[in-house]
Amino acid sequence: MATEFHNLQELRHSASLVTKVFVQRDYSEGTVCRFHNKFPSDLHNRIERTLLEETVKTLNSYYLEAEKIGGQSYLEGCLACATAYIVFLCMETRYEKVLKKISSYIQEQNEKIYAPRGLLLTDPVERGMRVLEISVFEDRGSGSSSPSSSTTSAGSSAR
Amino acid sequence: MSLGQGPRSRRSSRGRIPHVRLGNRRHRRSGELDCIGLCTNLQHRRAETPRLHKTNKKNSWHARRRARTMSAVMVTRKVRKWEKLPGKNTFCCDGRVMMARQKGVFYLTLFLIVGTCSLFFAFECPYLAVHLSPAIPFFAVLLFLFVIAMLLRTSFSDPGVLPRALPEEATFIEMEIEAANGNVPAGQRPPPRIRNVQINNQIVKLKYCYTCKIFRPPRASHCSICDNCVDRFDHHCPWVGNCVGKRNYRYFYMFTLSLSLLTIYIFTFNIVHVVMRSVDGGFLNTLKETPGTYPFLFFFFKVLVCFFTLWSVVGLTGFHTYLISLNQTTNEDIKGSWSGKNRVQNPYSHKNFMKNCCEVLCGPTYPSVLDRRGMTQEDLTVSSASAAPSSSSSSNAAPQTTKTTAPLIPNEHTPDDARPSIAASAENSDSSKEGFPPKRSSPARVTSPRVALIKCI
Repeated sequence: MATEFHNLQELRHSASLVTKVFVQRDYSEGTVCRFHNKFPSDLHNRIERTLLEETVKTLNSYYLEAEKIGGQSYLEGCLACATAYIVFLCMETRYEKVLKKISSYIQEQNEKIYAPRGLLLTDPVERGMRVLEISVFEDRGSGSSSPSSSTTSAGSSAR
Repeated sequence: MSLGQGPRSRRSSRGRIPHVRLGNRRHRRSGELDCIGLCTNLQHRRAETPRLHKTNKKNSWHARRRARTMSAVMVTRKVRKWEKLPGKNTFCCDGRVMMARQKGVFYLTLFLIVGTCSLFFAFECPYLAVHLSPAIPFFAVLLFLFVIAMLLRTSFSDPGVLPRALPEEATFIEMEIEAANGNVPAGQRPPPRIRNVQINNQIVKLKYCYTCKIFRPPRASHCSICDNCVDRFDHHCPWVGNCVGKRNYRYFYMFTLSLSLLTIYIFTFNIVHVVMRSVDGGFLNTLKETPGTYPFLFFFFKVLVCFFTLWSVVGLTGFHTYLISLNQTTNEDIKGSWSGKNRVQNPYSHKNFMKNCCEVLCGPTYPSVLDRRGMTQEDLTVSSASAAPSSSSSSNAAPQTTKTTAPLIPNEHTPDDARPSIAASAENSDSSKEGFPPKRSSPARVTSPRVALIKCI
């Protein structure tokens, strides 16, 4: 089992990156932002399946809320068009507000759930909304947990 | 990253060892410089290469270069992320403005609109305001300002560029592809890199982009002029000097629509003005009047511009209205993706005119995922082990990892390498490759710039 870390700062300072696992986008419902809820095999002994699935489900619901086409988005669109989109210089769009919520949610999840298990989630917005990147760390002091040979090569290239 | 590539490239000044380019104005303005170990390293290099001071001036550059490769020089500085972005865009106002490299036609568009409207305001509006109504120039001004705002918004905004995959992600995808392909016999071409996904009971093929090292999302395409993958790619428009994609399509449509209205407005009131003056004093007299009151040439210029603009812009507006009603892009229309052959239907359409229009024009405004103005650390490290010096950058929020910035490596080539596409849309890269990989033994290795470029054009 991975070494326990106490907080994010410890993770950054005393841990070394082993590998990165990527949760890909799920395009089965069109171009709406949605991530696959498949549990990556590399994380079997790092985190419980339900925790990660819960995180991905919550993220998917946030993105669905951001991209919902309804009364509020129409109002925003029409008002913006009437003002030649100058109103966007003063006002934050709904999508940007939801992205801020997502960012704070990921920060909170990292602090509570992932950092103690030696993992770190990266906000998909920093990766072009293409992947949900999960960095796997290990304590520099202890011996390495045994990753598979394919992840070892990825880890060494990451270093 | 190779040094000395393309002195005009905006990245060349970043790519060089800073102590060589300290006199560069742009370099000083954009980032801070934090030289770690530079002074000590100079002495270190002299100690290691005692021959350096003895070589003559002709060979001193080569000797310095050799000395550089034999020792490690590390310099850290903060730069804006737009300075490190790959692709062939130009950035202005410290990353706030993003356009394509060729802007000549955009300046022409601006000149035609501003020029024609100025002539209208100068020569027609005073007469019409007095003899008809002051509301005429008032609405003309509003319409003109709206057109300019839409044009600038389309031209200056990020069309929906998808950032390239970082090395770890690219490696991960390569491993997935190799696992899916299994063992390919030597000498045989590996199968095309295509992922099938079902959207609304329709199989959509996602192609792999060799430049960006990603599987393109549905409706995304790679623009060979800007060298970026753009989400919901419509076309590359030289008239606005930018790609038209997910983020700026509605501004582009508003621009064409308002420009059509403005053209019709000016054309109509041109005719009205001439008719009114002819009624007052005869048609030929009207045209012959002194240049100070009614220039003959200006009248013809306006009519000519309006006439051609009318047919082209109004036609374009009509075409895009048709596309919006079907929720299609120009790229899909040209390629005939949803033409109806073999019962292929557009999976993105709601099959309802109003719903499609509302989604495209009044849908959510997607923010840019490029983060042009964020700050990033740039560590320049030159080592003797690798063939090219590597540069690593890490964002402030990410953990302290040393990783090569993959986007830099495939793109340190001169801009003249690219062949700009002749057609307005950039499906050249898309249709020609069809996801077929080149014959290379290990695609996971970092590819040379020219090979990476050839793969995608």
